[in-house]
Amino acid sequence: MISASETRKNAPLWVRLLIPKDAPLYQRNEAIAGWLMAFPALLVLTIFLVIPFLMAFVMSFTNQRLVSPNPTEWVGMRNFERLLTVRVFTLEPERDDSGFIVYDDDGSIAYPRLRTFTRKNPDYPELNGLREFTSWQAGENRTVILAADVVFLRALINTLIFAGVIAPLQGGLALLLALLLNQSLPFINVFRAIYFAPVVVSMVVVSLLWRFIYDGENGLLNTLLGIASFGSFQPVDWLGNPYSAMPAMIAMSAWQAVGFHMVIWLAGLQTIPVSLYEAAGLDGAGAWQKFRYVTWPGLRNTAVLILIVIVIQAMGLFVQVDVMTRGGPLDATQSVVYQAVQRGYDKQDIAEGSAISVVLFFVVLAITIVNRYLTRDRDTS
Amino acid sequence: MNMRRMILIAILLIAFSGMASAQTELSMWYHGGAWAAEHQVFIDLIEAFNTSQSEYTVVLEAFPQESYNSSIVAAAAAGELPDIIDVDGPVMPGWAWAGWMAPLQLSEGALDNFLPGPIGEWNGELYAVGLWDAAVSIYARRSVLEANDIRIPTLDEPWTGEEFDDILEQLQATGDFEYVLDLGMAWTGEWYPYAFSPFLQSFGGDMIDRETYTTAEGVLNGEEAVAFGEWWQSLFERGLAPGTSQDTGDRETGFIDGRYALQWMGNWAGVSTLGEVGEDLIFLPAPDFGHGNIIGAASWQLGASSTTEHPEGVSQFIEFAIQDEWLTAFSDATGLAPATPNAAAMSENYSAGGPLEVFYELSNQQALIRPVTPGYATLALIFEKALADIANGADVQDTLDAAVDEIDADIEDNMGYGFDM
Repeated sequence: MISASETRKNAPLWVRLLIPKDAPLYQRNEAIAGWLMAFPALLVLTIFLVIPFLMAFVMSFTNQRLVSPNPTEWVGMRNFERLLTVRVFTLEPERDDSGFIVYDDDGSIAYPRLRTFTRKNPDYPELNGLREFTSWQAGENRTVILAADVVFLRALINTLIFAGVIAPLQGGLALLLALLLNQSLPFINVFRAIYFAPVVVSMVVVSLLWRFIYDGENGLLNTLLGIASFGSFQPVDWLGNPYSAMPAMIAMSAWQAVGFHMVIWLAGLQTIPVSLYEAAGLDGAGAWQKFRYVTWPGLRNTAVLILIVIVIQAMGLFVQVDVMTRGGPLDATQSVVYQAVQRGYDKQDIAEGSAISVVLFFVVLAITIVNRYLTRDRDTS
Repeated sequence: MNMRRMILIAILLIAFSGMASAQTELSMWYHGGAWAAEHQVFIDLIEAFNTSQSEYTVVLEAFPQESYNSSIVAAAAAGELPDIIDVDGPVMPGWAWAGWMAPLQLSEGALDNFLPGPIGEWNGELYAVGLWDAAVSIYARRSVLEANDIRIPTLDEPWTGEEFDDILEQLQATGDFEYVLDLGMAWTGEWYPYAFSPFLQSFGGDMIDRETYTTAEGVLNGEEAVAFGEWWQSLFERGLAPGTSQDTGDRETGFIDGRYALQWMGNWAGVSTLGEVGEDLIFLPAPDFGHGNIIGAASWQLGASSTTEHPEGVSQFIEFAIQDEWLTAFSDATGLAPATPNAAAMSENYSAGGPLEVFYELSNQQALIRPVTPGYATLALIFEKALADIANGADVQDTLDAAVDEIDADIEDNMGYGFDM
């Protein structure tokens, strides 16, 4: 029989550090076995997740290039300043010699070109290299939001919108499907398999197929809508129009992933004891009341999980963008990860790509913390 | 048998086997693993080279094109580059600048008579040689042009910019076509700078200032470039050309089905399109917008890695490959233009009376290679995005200004890419 202290002494240092000295023997043995079993997974995670992330973190403070004979140098916060700098600037109208405002041919107020301020103007060093993100008229002046990286800002906003819309949409649809399929009907498994099928197909393939569906010239969607409306529907160039491209991408993404979350909802539904429904039925509860007071509270933990999973997946939006639109038209579908890949790999600026990944990490971290806080279990706290 | 004797025998065996294969192995990486016809000619070429001399054995390893460049990048980082590298023309300066490629030592006059495109020079040195060149032309139907009384242009007398524009509107007015000009907007990536920068150059602009290679200011956002941008945008505004959302399937079949009147297309599709459309198909030179009728040049080429221990072997292989018979063999297999007039005369498609004959002179007279700078990879992407944004209605001057700023910032970040700032 080996004593507890001996087991502990023989264990490697990292095991000894992880197990409290005063734990009972069986707990210590279990802990050692646990850590040993987790070891292969931890090793793989460290090599492929932790170390690359740490490398990205370090590189984001350098000017590392993918292909270059130039030496790598520390540049401090430069990459982050280039990504995140935003300034508000007031543009005054152009005035003639006597101080009157100059008007364009079409009667609107004429302003000097922004580029005269934002490009190597010694009077406005803080504006150098910035570009207009958006602007609006205020009195006779024009207020301009300038950003160092207009494309990244668009990508960040787009990704947040994408996540914000797709979380309720996809989660809700999946729940609806799960409720429909959580019945004992003949062939119910066939239907479950059908709704799950898109999840199994590679996103690249799904994106290619949906490009045909959304095609503006003779796509399936336009043809169907044309038939359904007896030819009165005007074909829409779904992916070529800045207003419809993002909604089209959201709809397609929700369709692709809804089966996965349906299965998680189904698993949650099946943990709710049938006796609760029977009891509610005896108390005279209708279908809606059963859902509201039995099903929904029983799905609480599932809902939290699904919300977090969908949001994190949505923040990683990439394949659809890469295959379907490459961020266009007019940046309407730019996403953060697409920009990280394009800068880091295609434009060979690994440092800038790393900086984008680091920003994304903190955004996702913040969202997850807020998410956890809002969905915390209020009954026990 | 004691131990010592066994070791002796082992040493002798190793020595003899070494002698038996005194041939030095040269590894070669190739991007076209998916292109059976071209791949097969490479296999034949290498077999012929290996049997033609006893010093070197070339061993071919084929990659899918999508992962080829990343394989080279990874191999360079690991110091495992092959001896012979297959490289896309405009990318070559980047790899040479990074120190991955070594200049070739071909014998004097080896490249006489070569088309300009397949000669891969950078910094005054020859780094790569192409066995063929790609060319672009306007695909049209003779019957359509004749029915509309449209003059058929020649290399000496191409359509002028205005004439071209009038023709597009005239064809649109017939109402016979969904779109009159298929530019190939579906082919994102390298197609944009390769196929569309010649229009910009014909207007008098360019992607970068080729005098210094350190700025794009005034070249990509000057008056001429803006004139190009306005014309480019109007093509889509007027509904003459399908935009960035064009489907690749429509790109492949639109002209053949007769839904598009004219198509801006490469010679690699010439043979197959002829098979579909027949004798009615003609290949027309690029229009002249004021500064000459220009098309892009330079395709995939062969070069030596900087880590090869046998640069003379690589040069010997490349000299073997650029013999006319092999240039002809590649052209016959792929439909691309052979690199010399002799090879063209022997080939199926580019000989006198051959179906693609006209492309050879297009390459010879119109070709302008893409900017020769290590910054090309980034430059090309910035240019692509600017053209896509302008096509989608972005302000021309603002978009070009932003592209110039991004290009200049990238050059500065890279300390001039080897050019004097």
